[in-house]
Amino acid sequence: MTSRIDTLIVEPSEIVRTGLQRILTDDGSFSFLAPLSDAVNLDERVKALCPDLLIVNPTLLVPPIRSQLAAIQQLQPNMAIAALVYQYLDQDVLQLFRVSIDIREKRNRIAQLLKTEVDRVSSLDDDENYELSIREREVLVLVAQGLSSKQIADKLNISIHTVNSHRKNVTRKTGIRSVAGLAVYATLHNMA
Amino acid sequence: MFTKKTRFADMFSANNNLVLLMPRLGLGLGVGNRTVEEVCSLNNISADFVLLVCNMYTYCDYQPTMEDLEQTDLSMLVPYLRASHAYYIGERMPHLERHLSGVVHRSDSRYADAMMAFFEQYKREMSDHFAYEEQHVYPRLQEGKKVKEGASSSNTQAIKQSGNQALKRSSNLSSSHIGMVDKISDLLQILYKYMPSQADTEELNELIFGLLQLSSDFERHAAIEEHVLMPYLHHLERRNR
Repeated sequence: MTSRIDTLIVEPSEIVRTGLQRILTDDGSFSFLAPLSDAVNLDERVKALCPDLLIVNPTLLVPPIRSQLAAIQQLQPNMAIAALVYQYLDQDVLQLFRVSIDIREKRNRIAQLLKTEVDRVSSLDDDENYELSIREREVLVLVAQGLSSKQIADKLNISIHTVNSHRKNVTRKTGIRSVAGLAVYATLHNMA
Repeated sequence: MFTKKTRFADMFSANNNLVLLMPRLGLGLGVGNRTVEEVCSLNNISADFVLLVCNMYTYCDYQPTMEDLEQTDLSMLVPYLRASHAYYIGERMPHLERHLSGVVHRSDSRYADAMMAFFEQYKREMSDHFAYEEQHVYPRLQEGKKVKEGASSSNTQAIKQSGNQALKRSSNLSSSHIGMVDKISDLLQILYKYMPSQADTEELNELIFGLLQLSSDFERHAAIEEHVLMPYLHHLERRNR
């Protein structure tokens, strides 16, 4: 049974990366993309990997951090972004993140904080944005091929919960509810 | 709400879609200034039943109570529902298919094929849904009435068994209705937003207004099945246990 949040950790210290990964593994809700030790071309890597959750050490980001984060979020609108904090950080920088994990955070709180943010972002009703994200397009194509949410979750190695939230967004953005209608949409947009 | 004293033609003024119901009720136009009661009596059809249908088509919040239903002659209900099916399958769908074909024939053949395949699948789904109702749901009303009028106990047993599945099936029926209305809405969204714009305007308008009309007609048809047929059927089957 797949029920995982695809997580990308961007952190230079292997000790911290491994420790965080270990704590989240114990929770059982997270799966891990190969972690990054720097944020070089982070936008490209996010675009290629389509994570559900990005945990990043803000000191790796290049100012202006606000616009770098916005660009990454634009590529993957339903991705949650969390800061991983153990050095001094300017309050203005910290405020750019809705959730931050402090190195001294209690073990059992960490997964809970991250999951709350993932849930919030995945169910985000963004009235402005009608562009399908890369992940939403992938889900749409698989739905149009007749796969169930469970099959899609297994295929993309994401949770059913995440698949359903992508499906909800696809319907909201395209205005189409039925599988047959999505198949027509996919053909009209050369996605099939 | 319309009553027996309402002039029949006033119902058309209030809701012109009711004109489309007349053939399904076995009635014609040319009703003069006669009241609902007078027109129905001339045509030998229950005025209560005609009012039930016309009020449900016009006042979407209106849901008859079981007391209303018990006081209404529902012998025309199944023939009326079957006539609606025949109208959708025999008249509306071929009409819409012709216009859809007129709309897409100038498009890229891949688009045209996708749209026609969608419609074909929809038509099949509609036929299967109607066939299911006509073979498995409507006959239970006749059976239920026979038992009510005093049939054998083995018959009662059969009705009881089918009644046990009734609740399960009525929720399936409702989700199937929702799915069918959703597909019409999907087709409209595709036409509004995604079809390349070289289509013939007149064909497109015929298609779009035809789909809108079918959607609202079918939605009321479904409401009659869900709020009249199924509750009445459950009521009869419960009473026969």
